Amino acid sequence: MTEQQALYKYCLILGDNALIHSYRLSEWCSNAPILEEDLALTNFSLDMIGRAQALLSYAGKIDGKGKTDDDLAYRRGEREFYNHLLKEMPNGDFANTIAKLLFTSAYEYYFFNELQHSADKTLAAIAAKTIKEVKYHMAHATDWVLRLGDGTDESHHRIQKAVNELWMYTGELFETNEATAILEDKNIAVDMAVVKAKWKQEIERVLTEATLTVPKDQYMQTGGSKGVHSEYLGHILSEMQYLQRAYPEAIW
Amino acid sequence: MELLEKTDKIQEELLKNFEIKIDRGDAIEPRDKMPDGYRKHLIRQMSQHAHSEVIGMQPEGNWITRAPSLRAKQILLAKIQDEGGHGLYLYSAAETLGISRDEMIAQLHSGKAKYSNIFNYPALTWADIGAIGWLVDGAAIVNQVSLQRTSYGPYSRAMVRICKEESFHQRQGYEIMSKMMKGTKDQQGMAQDAMNRWWWPSLMMFGPHDSESPHTGDAFKWKIKRSSNDELRQKFIDKTVQQAEVIGLTIPDKDLKWNEAKGHYHHGPINWNEFYSVIGGGGPCNKQRMAHHIKVHNEGEWVRSAAKAYQEKKEKKLLHL
Repeated sequence: MTEQQALYKYCLILGDNALIHSYRLSEWCSNAPILEEDLALTNFSLDMIGRAQALLSYAGKIDGKGKTDDDLAYRRGEREFYNHLLKEMPNGDFANTIAKLLFTSAYEYYFFNELQHSADKTLAAIAAKTIKEVKYHMAHATDWVLRLGDGTDESHHRIQKAVNELWMYTGELFETNEATAILEDKNIAVDMAVVKAKWKQEIERVLTEATLTVPKDQYMQTGGSKGVHSEYLGHILSEMQYLQRAYPEAIW
Repeated sequence: MELLEKTDKIQEELLKNFEIKIDRGDAIEPRDKMPDGYRKHLIRQMSQHAHSEVIGMQPEGNWITRAPSLRAKQILLAKIQDEGGHGLYLYSAAETLGISRDEMIAQLHSGKAKYSNIFNYPALTWADIGAIGWLVDGAAIVNQVSLQRTSYGPYSRAMVRICKEESFHQRQGYEIMSKMMKGTKDQQGMAQDAMNRWWWPSLMMFGPHDSESPHTGDAFKWKIKRSSNDELRQKFIDKTVQQAEVIGLTIPDKDLKWNEAKGHYHHGPINWNEFYSVIGGGGPCNKQRMAHHIKVHNEGEWVRSAAKAYQEKKEKKLLHL
């Protein structure tokens, strides 16, 4: 793998994470428990689409084959997507979506804090902008985890169940691969050990304050960075890519 | 007895004050004395307006996950968010009249409160997203521009703000339509098909003809309503026909003709049977829209209860500090 290929892959991983998570959050439109929450969740989705655009455009540039952000979002198949499995998991109930948002936003907050010092100036700039956004995502998710954890018996039970069920998808967030190893040597990629330590500490703090039990580490699911996904991704892509695939000549 | 007479006199004077303000064209504010009929009329109209914004999120939301480009998805999401924001804004404005959002939602679910008929039509293809933005929001703007001068202050101020965002929505819809008309045969077909299906329901958004809905009603007297249904409908037709011509869309009305003497377009007869049938529950999506709103509301009950319980626990803790 060359440095260029590694950087391309790295941008796809980051771009796909934003794209697929934004897809799931956008499904909350007109489905949230209160109108204010409908607006909040779709607002985060909007932030993530913006981030996906920036990262996929940059990926296209690095690849040098003239592919746009839309080409990469709408014309790749299941095995060519590299997002974490956590992002493609169905929304489930509100507690499940919030647990996913907490795990992801805390991860992204520490991840992009490191990435803003990347030797790659474009990635550093995207990271600096992203931190401002994910800070809000994290604050929002934290507030809700506290409310649900320490709210009613039902909400406590639901958020604990969500945390337990999603836990096995959190290990993958900190995985390294051939691309990250190449880029870390060049001070482009982030040191995942640093991100993991900070993430763990923050998640433990929030869950404990929310009167929840921190799950014990168990078998962790993996596969995203190899393009091996859950069955859910194929359905996301078939819906998301429908018009582009059905009318390949059309410009929208 | 004397006290009662005195109270009656004060009431009378306050109401007189209301009429003077209305005549002068001053805004009525939440603390001003107003006739019960005025308050009731506004609650009905404003809550219907708020519900329309919220129910309108459903047909557009239907296309979010299938938006054909990242930009299109971003714009559509932002637009639907605006609609939700308008809903919030209007619920708050209506709350100044002494009704809560919970009560308004309960009235929507019981069928006592209505929402705009237009959202009982389905959004079938991507071009429908264009048609909704261009025609439906375009018609709504004409009505809302007029409502900027409505007599109730909070409603009128809400309209000023909402109009700014709605004009962006209309441009968004028009952009989708014009892009599709410049595109492939399939895209052009989709755009014309959406135009054919949304044109007449959009004209119906302004309500029955003035001859069926007389000028003399309280809404005019109280300056809640500032222009008649037919005046607004005509304004909408006049500006939209030209926009359609520019991008090559045909208006599905064989009787449509420019009337030089009047300086307006003449349009063919509107199918009011369809209008009343959809209002009466016979639209393609009436049941679906309400069932969805009720289901989501009920499913969210545990979340709202949890937030309330958490808040109460927090307040208790603060008291014991």
